Amino acid sequence: MHDPNNASADEQLVRLTSRRDTPMRRRVRRFLRHRMAVVGAVILLTLGLASIAAPLISPHDPVEVDVTAIKKPPSADHLLGTDYAGRDVLSRLIWGGRVSMSVGLVAAGIAVTIGTVLGLISGFSGRWVDFWLQRLTEVVMTIPTFIMIITLVAVLGPSIFNIMFVIGIFGWTGTCRLVRGETLSVRERDFVLASRCVGASPARIMFRHILPNVVAPIIVAGTFMIAGAILSEAGLSFLGLGVRMPTPTWGNMLTNAQSITVLESMPWLWLPPGLLITLVVLSINFLGDALRDALDPRLLNR
Amino acid sequence: MLRYIIRRLLISIPVLLGITMITFAAYNLAPGDPISAMIDPSVPVAPEVLEKMKEDLGLNKPVYIRYLIWLKEAARGNLGYAYNSSTPVLKKIGDRLPATLALTVSAMLLAISLGVPLGVYSALRQYSALDYLLTFFAFVAVSIPAFFFALGIIYIFSVRLGIFPVQGMHDPDATNPFLDFLRHLILPATALGLERIAGFLRYTRSAVLEVLGQDYMTTARAKGLSERVVLWRHGFRNALISMITILSLSIPGLFGGAFIIEWIFSWPGMGQLAVSSVNMRDYPTLMGIALIGSTLVLLSNLLADILYAVADPRIRYA
Repeated sequence: MHDPNNASADEQLVRLTSRRDTPMRRRVRRFLRHRMAVVGAVILLTLGLASIAAPLISPHDPVEVDVTAIKKPPSADHLLGTDYAGRDVLSRLIWGGRVSMSVGLVAAGIAVTIGTVLGLISGFSGRWVDFWLQRLTEVVMTIPTFIMIITLVAVLGPSIFNIMFVIGIFGWTGTCRLVRGETLSVRERDFVLASRCVGASPARIMFRHILPNVVAPIIVAGTFMIAGAILSEAGLSFLGLGVRMPTPTWGNMLTNAQSITVLESMPWLWLPPGLLITLVVLSINFLGDALRDALDPRLLNR
Repeated sequence: MLRYIIRRLLISIPVLLGITMITFAAYNLAPGDPISAMIDPSVPVAPEVLEKMKEDLGLNKPVYIRYLIWLKEAARGNLGYAYNSSTPVLKKIGDRLPATLALTVSAMLLAISLGVPLGVYSALRQYSALDYLLTFFAFVAVSIPAFFFALGIIYIFSVRLGIFPVQGMHDPDATNPFLDFLRHLILPATALGLERIAGFLRYTRSAVLEVLGQDYMTTARAKGLSERVVLWRHGFRNALISMITILSLSIPGLFGGAFIIEWIFSWPGMGQLAVSSVNMRDYPTLMGIALIGSTLVLLSNLLADILYAVADPRIRYA
């Protein structure tokens, strides 16, 4: 009988000292324990690949209008039916995923970058720089984000890049506080003192020595932010204030479901995009949860 | 305590100024101006007439002068007039405010009254089947877009079952206006509250779990206090503090969410007004909404901060 929990001391020593049991492997093992996250990762990978391969796999042109096939239910030619302009719903879903997911990634990227840089500066510099950066963070945190996003989108115009930018510039406060907190503790460590002694510049210390030590919580926060950004884009596009037709996104595909006729008798128009957003955001949230567990250094020996 | 409140109020002033400045600048740099939204593009209009219209609306002055004029008038309680009607903005928003408050407050109450007990239960029975189920529910609830959930419950409860009305706030033929209002309120409040129910559930669960592991809980038990007193007097009081944080953090999102929910349910609130004002480029109304909306958010945050101090003597006496 071989029970890993009951292994002899020798065996444990072998396990701990063998090259196979690296911290990275333990992280992978802890990640794989989260079944839902593994399922989520597979879903995201599939949908991600489908988005990249959109031009190859989408059966029709996502913006091509076909007046002879308006609001047709699913059929062999149009697997998920057609919308009010005769456009193929399945193709719009595939192309829409491209837009929705890249808006999520880029917006979260912008937010995480701003948050990380400001957090590092704030935590590392201390004193008045820290004081004012934290006041700025507090102010941005109290801004009712959605009102500001609507304002800026109304003004800048509803292009994909403006949506990414606007969602990104209001989302950095959480990361900033997180990174600042971590930096405050890391900057007291000996290796920071050592690099100061050899004359490294503050920028070098911040980005080469402190940043690698605070990267785990940044990854986790960034993951959740992607989920949030996808939801924001979907909400904006749904209201008609985000990415405009005919460019498909999962959000604006639902705009037409506001009519009772569509809601009642054309489920192929509103169920698939809604379910896909939910599925993607759910997968990302499970993934973030598992990453938080896997990357937590306090749990490294489990 | 009073000093603390005054300090928080003073901090709110630059925040409000900042928000109005950004929105004002943004609206005034916008490409399409309100004149082009007012005229019929198919009818040619003489340039002199356009100039006259601009002058009448004060649109020919530089941006910063117009901001200062707006600020001076706003301080007197005059938020100007909507471009396309003669209704004062303040009245327009004032008409919409009760509906938004009714919706957001009900959603918040719903979230607290469901999320907190479920979270406490989940924590006390950690790793039970129900705990797993609730955790999974919380994940789904924060992942589903509010508007998709709203469409789903409209489909089930209004279209298929016909229990609740599809939209609006009142039915003019109703015999009991209050019951009728509640019937209209249930679906939008649920749609707006769902994400917060999950939020409160998760935060309460982790807050209670953290408190349960503390030494003072062991001490309280060792003193021979009853389990009820240990949990509610020692445990819950301490868990409450971190729960107020999530309350204050979720307020801006609540108003943002109300924009979408009001739009879907044709709920005659500020959010619906904002979305239609964006489409009509009605900037004075949008400025007013940004100002009033931000003020509401800041005031609710202040309220949460005061609750914080009430719940935690360490903050009160610091």
